[in-house]
Amino acid sequence: MNKDFTQVGRSVPRKDGPLKVKGEAIYTGDMVLPRMAYGKIKRSPYAHAIIKKIDYSKALEMPGVLAVVTGDEAPKKWGIVPQTANEVALAVGKVRFYNEGVAAVAAIDEETAEAALDLIEVEYEPLPVLTDPFESMKRANEVCIHEDAPDNILHAGDQLFGDPDKAFAECTYVLEREFHTSYVNHAFLEPHTSLASYDTQSGQLQLWSSTQVPHYLHTQLSIVLEMPMSKIRVTVPAVGGGFGGKGEASPADFCAALLSRKIGRPVRVAFERSEVFATNKGRHPCHMKMKIGLDKDGYIQAVDFDNTLDGGAYAGWGIVVMFYTASMIHLPYKVPNARANVRRVYTNKPTCGAMRGLGGVQPRYAMECMLDEMAEMIGISPYELKMKNAVESGYRSVSNLHVPHTEYRKCLQTAAERSGYLEKHGKLPFGKGIGLAGGYYISGTAYTLYQSYKPHTTVLIRVDTEGGATVHCAAADIGQGCNTVMAQMAAEALGIRYEDVHVVSGDTELGTFDLGSFASRLTYASGVAIKDAAKQINDKLFEVAAGMVGCRADQLEVKDCRFYSKFEPKKTIEWAKVVDVYTNSVGTLTGLGHFSPPRLKGIDLTRGKRVQGANIGHSPTFGFSCQIWEVDVDLETGKIRVDKVTEAGDCGQAVNPMSVDGQVEGSILFAMGQALYEEMKVAPDGKIINASLHDYKVPTAMELPEIDTTIVDSYDPTAPFGVKESGEGPVQPTIPAITNAIYDAIGVRFTDLPITPEKVLKALKEKQENQKSEGR
Amino acid sequence: MKQLIELTINNRVYEVPVSPKDLLADVIRDKVGLTGTKKGCGQGDCGACTVLIDGNPVLSCLTLAIACQGRKITTIEGLVAEDGQLHPIQQAYVDHGAVQCGFCTPGMILTSKALLDRNPKPSEEEIKRGISGNICRCTGYKKIVEAIFAAGETISTEGVK
Repeated sequence: MNKDFTQVGRSVPRKDGPLKVKGEAIYTGDMVLPRMAYGKIKRSPYAHAIIKKIDYSKALEMPGVLAVVTGDEAPKKWGIVPQTANEVALAVGKVRFYNEGVAAVAAIDEETAEAALDLIEVEYEPLPVLTDPFESMKRANEVCIHEDAPDNILHAGDQLFGDPDKAFAECTYVLEREFHTSYVNHAFLEPHTSLASYDTQSGQLQLWSSTQVPHYLHTQLSIVLEMPMSKIRVTVPAVGGGFGGKGEASPADFCAALLSRKIGRPVRVAFERSEVFATNKGRHPCHMKMKIGLDKDGYIQAVDFDNTLDGGAYAGWGIVVMFYTASMIHLPYKVPNARANVRRVYTNKPTCGAMRGLGGVQPRYAMECMLDEMAEMIGISPYELKMKNAVESGYRSVSNLHVPHTEYRKCLQTAAERSGYLEKHGKLPFGKGIGLAGGYYISGTAYTLYQSYKPHTTVLIRVDTEGGATVHCAAADIGQGCNTVMAQMAAEALGIRYEDVHVVSGDTELGTFDLGSFASRLTYASGVAIKDAAKQINDKLFEVAAGMVGCRADQLEVKDCRFYSKFEPKKTIEWAKVVDVYTNSVGTLTGLGHFSPPRLKGIDLTRGKRVQGANIGHSPTFGFSCQIWEVDVDLETGKIRVDKVTEAGDCGQAVNPMSVDGQVEGSILFAMGQALYEEMKVAPDGKIINASLHDYKVPTAMELPEIDTTIVDSYDPTAPFGVKESGEGPVQPTIPAITNAIYDAIGVRFTDLPITPEKVLKALKEKQENQKSEGR
Repeated sequence: MKQLIELTINNRVYEVPVSPKDLLADVIRDKVGLTGTKKGCGQGDCGACTVLIDGNPVLSCLTLAIACQGRKITTIEGLVAEDGQLHPIQQAYVDHGAVQCGFCTPGMILTSKALLDRNPKPSEEEIKRGISGNICRCTGYKKIVEAIFAAGETISTEGVK
């Protein structure tokens, strides 16, 4: 039921493409303001210590040093989740992870600022360091990371839906497994950078930042600086990637702002790569136990999930991620009974937070690998088991997640057909394997983080002879291409061309309200608001056009930059001419559209009772996908070579298919890194020993396999233009699909990440020894 | 101690005061003001700072500016034709969706140019090897490989204007 679109569904080059290839796009670190100073942060050499004294008098005496700030000057606690806010701009009284910031310097140049750091004397009293979440819980009575968390647990949640114990007792097939995921970082290319300019006379602060969330950064700045939001303006220049790592404020933002306010001149703070690792906010390592029960016919009856999340030093997005992992067991299969016991534990490591597909990647790994194993128990293909259990449009989970539309089965079917999965699975020679996994993700959240019922996105469309059509919205284009997609949707709704729509985004003063770029929310959210705003524009222009062509307004339609009478197509007039007449008689025309997500209660449907945290994971709609990976395991070296990836995804109506393919291909390599190569290594003293892009191995072009992607035919009738997400769903199936392929190749099921050559060789050796001892 | 040196960047001679330890990336960005050259790691790992020196791709964050006197430096700003037209490689990156956040793009394009200058019709394997020193975290490289391949075709059939 795809609509007859002309601008939506077009693979157009992105709006900022030419500027970026010419090197003319301006990122925060490219900006230089008159009298600009440079800020640097002094960091702790201990992962856990009491700060006894900070003496920066010598630093201040150094020529060229303009100011020093310490945590005591900005002690207000901030946090992306207000209920658990426990971070400060710079450490106050205590450091909780290696390289935590303790002071910041502003100087006339970077060299001087750097040199001044060495003159800041900090006296520490080291405390025992906890780097393992289980040790952290065990030794909590002896070592406490946060005074208000005596058990070293940020939060624990227990969710019960239906009666899983009764269901398991009646199951024919029950499997229980443990999985462990690794400590990974986003490794976006542009380190966090922030430029603050405080005007002492007006008391106004402008901050340019490489952020995904100008609005949430705005609120956090207001808290830490103790300034009203109306005195702060956040502007987002070009951003060099985020993947969740710029999804909350960064100490770079606070330090730049505090220093600028202190000296009344602009201050830029640009992180080194080591500081990106030091401040992390990457994916939570999860230690998971999962139990799945199937009836005699292979239908899932119950899932039991236990997850210990290693959260690192502070709260960050932690509680949200924790409840997401619990929520993610309810889809994309029908699960009538479920239990989740989850806890997020503090450790003396850089804090974990939001990372592409947050909360989904870890439980998906467990569930898709276990269903692969259970299919073998039953003696059917994993494809058949997953098709059988897949959710359908209109499905409502026992936790009250509502899926208005899905083409998940079409994804499974398309990927299986295009890869020849059924012909190859279980039949390839030893060392070669093929593996299948599915996945899904939210298309936006149902709630703001601070429990407000205001619209999540507001779009202002301005139409006049000066600018033609201009879309204003404070959304952040971090490289994912929302400016392009918003222009396409606005063009579609206004009946004009994408090329003629201007987008003003990434600025809390020039743009209307938007929550930010996270949770794969923008296409859907801005789509609703754009439709709403465009309708108001069209209604007014139709009346003027009707007078000009001589028909009734309700008989008009607008497309290809012209108004037409539906009944007498000869009665037509150019869009620009109508705008001209309107502007010259009435003035600038505006339309203001809003998006508020539908609200559902997070309840156990069998009892009708509220379940804590169960509304996390609710979304207006969901994207689905399937990936099939083909691997070749080198039996001599343990190295895994990926030959081919076949992907099929349901992102609803693709607004820009080329951009969707880019999201999918990017997701595939991104998640492949976590599956096979990436892991931050932490020494017992809490130091990260591979905090560089040399030692932390992300995939290069050499790792690029053959990739075959298909955007399956899909249209969500409840969504604006039929759209869904495509930026985070495609990371979900990757890790289990690779793991299942490796099992198909060498008969070993890996349950911890990354699957390195060392682990493969060790497993092959153990397998050989087991076979020998069994006398085979 | 700073000294005045001459650097030839994009066919223009710049006189810049540098100290012997100043890195080329910093001089290009901060003193010459060509901020298209990016710094993603400062340690020669990511390739975002790649510039061409006498046609060869070089990590400018590991190169001393003072050692580049008398050599021909090309940055991303030097690729656009005098009439403002994009170089075929730049055009191919735009058309093929090989750009997302754009932070790796200048370095990646210059590496692509060095590759195509050496070998206008590279195989897929040669392209992958050629750009393996440049990290892109957004695109998954597929569209970059496609763009380089297409640019190679354009250059060998139409040449560079």
